[in-house]
Amino acid sequence: MSATPVLALRGISKRFGAVQALTDVELEIRPGEVVALVGDNGAGKSTLVKTIAGVAPADDGVIEWEGRPVTVDRPHTAQELGIATVYQDLALCDNLDVVGNLFLGRELRRAGVLDEVEMERRSRELLATLSIRIPSVRIPIASLSGGQRQTVAIARSLLGEPKVVILDEPTAALGVEQTAQVLDLVERLRERGLGVILVSHNMADVRAVADRVAVLRLGRNNGTFDVRTTTQEQIVSAITGATDNAVTRRARRAADRTEAAEAAGAAEAEGGGA
Amino acid sequence: MTTDLSENAGEPRETPPAAGQAVAAVDPRLLVREEGFAGYWSEFRRKLRSGELGSLPVVVGLIVIGLVFQVQDSAFLGAENLSNLFVTAAGTGLIAVGIVFVLVLGEIDLSVGSVSGLAAAVLAVLNVHHGVPEWLALLLALLTGALAGALHGFFFARIGVPAFVVTLAGLLGWNGLMLQVLGANGTVNLDDSGLVAALTNHYFTDIAAAYGLATLAVAAFFLASWRDSRRREAAGVPSRPLSELVLRTAALAVPAYVVAWLFNQYKGLPLAVVIFLGVVVASDFVLRRTSYGRKVFALGGSVEAARRAGIDVAAVRISVFALSGATAALGGMFLASQINAANQSSGAGSLLMNAIAAAVIGGTSLFGGRGSAWSALLGVLVIQSIASGMALLGIASAVQYMITGAVLLAAVVIDSLSRRTQKTAGRA
Repeated sequence: MSATPVLALRGISKRFGAVQALTDVELEIRPGEVVALVGDNGAGKSTLVKTIAGVAPADDGVIEWEGRPVTVDRPHTAQELGIATVYQDLALCDNLDVVGNLFLGRELRRAGVLDEVEMERRSRELLATLSIRIPSVRIPIASLSGGQRQTVAIARSLLGEPKVVILDEPTAALGVEQTAQVLDLVERLRERGLGVILVSHNMADVRAVADRVAVLRLGRNNGTFDVRTTTQEQIVSAITGATDNAVTRRARRAADRTEAAEAAGAAEAEGGGA
Repeated sequence: MTTDLSENAGEPRETPPAAGQAVAAVDPRLLVREEGFAGYWSEFRRKLRSGELGSLPVVVGLIVIGLVFQVQDSAFLGAENLSNLFVTAAGTGLIAVGIVFVLVLGEIDLSVGSVSGLAAAVLAVLNVHHGVPEWLALLLALLTGALAGALHGFFFARIGVPAFVVTLAGLLGWNGLMLQVLGANGTVNLDDSGLVAALTNHYFTDIAAAYGLATLAVAAFFLASWRDSRRREAAGVPSRPLSELVLRTAALAVPAYVVAWLFNQYKGLPLAVVIFLGVVVASDFVLRRTSYGRKVFALGGSVEAARRAGIDVAAVRISVFALSGATAALGGMFLASQINAANQSSGAGSLLMNAIAAAVIGGTSLFGGRGSAWSALLGVLVIQSIASGMALLGIASAVQYMITGAVLLAAVVIDSLSRRTQKTAGRA
């Protein structure tokens, strides 16, 4: 893992009226690293993503790109730096085909006319490189499944040759098989040396692909964990802010029930023997 | 984007076996089309079942209408009637071309009738009362239409007033302005041997003209699709085989030569038809082959997606409404040319409904995001055929309205049903 982070946030703060949405948030992403950004609803994940993507610039703090401070005040600036964002609602046009969506807003032209052949060739090449399987690049997005749409949206973000990809809840609405496909794709992004910020609620997904987990709680950093050496319980307690939380209580209740059942079973067995 | 990932397949993470290997970007469940004509037939039947009707209903409709009227009156499919039918259709058809753009955007323009009337009035008053040369008056009239449309677009795109309301205001407002421009007299007669009169009464009498145009169109179509196919082959993406190109060219050639022959049976190739076809072909090119057209379709699909892709939503919207105004004005020129005057009923009556109905009957969706410039041509032919056939049979306009209304309703029902079928077939 290289020493300089491709993207580093230092002391990012953001206010919305009376709400302090982010306070002194730090985050580092290195090339070829998947950083999961987790936190409960309202923890500031989306706000942080928006500050990085240039949609809602931070009030305070510094964003460093490859070691030097930059201003990201517009989505366009973020894209030019090499930050691609795939939002939860994908933003694809249902009526256009896969090629049309991949190249929307940056169509290739040849003597002023759309170069469909070249766009189709590059689309097939890109999808093949990412091992994305879809029926055809010439069918409308409407006929694809949720997972296929997600992979097309991610592939679309890669056309601009970004260095950092932000995925906002990429598996939120997906089935088992489709989630696996998207997680495969995330791993392929890492293999290509991209930095990936994975915003997710799903602990299983996070543990499956992330290298590090950055936890936000009430707009502040609440720890960064190495996935390999951290248990799910530790992450959950960082998210909820307490070792005694709904998740652990639930686990305890379940354990109690099992114990009680075992005890009852044992008692029964004893009674039967007597 | 050419990194070979196969070396990384041995990573100890839980990757499914296929993930790291070079896999073709084709789903194995995809039903591949068979070669040859059996393939066409099965593909055609699959499309029918899944509701991708395209222009099939309107073509079938045209044939049915032709047969019904021909049985009633043998003059219907005659050269004179059909030639006149095409010329009369040009004005409404041109307006419908602009409507297609607006519908693809997912909006509606109710002002086109009034704008076409206003443009006709501007032309007539400038030319007759103020002595402006006809060509200049014609350009200024088109500009008036474009400006009126741009104004609708501005209120819609920048202020956020629904297009329905803005253009409804335009419907009333521009009609009022037209009456104002025409003045107390109410009717301004045009020079009956001038440029505007020629729009609908000039015919290229040399039989070479009609056949030449048909040949040019067929040859251009074949060459363009052949070159495209060759490039696709060279780039290694799926292409159409030569046999299919020949078949498609033949499908175009037959109607092209039949219509050319018909025109030559009467007065020759009408100028109105040349201009109308030219506008349709140009619009089709813009919609399908330019990034501007792609933006219009994208907005019809998802405004938010278009915005995030960096498309200037307001600019595209304003330009589409300006274009709709300009084609409405152009159509107004042809309608004025037919009566050789601009009067208080210019652009009134069923013109607006006919133009919108033509676009929808031709297969452009009212729900946005889908359509083709050719639907303006096909749809206006349906509407004009019904009108012409009924006039031939001496049916009262009361019945005509009801039948045209029923046809429009049928077209919208087909649009809605085909959308629903496509949804259940996973295609919409």
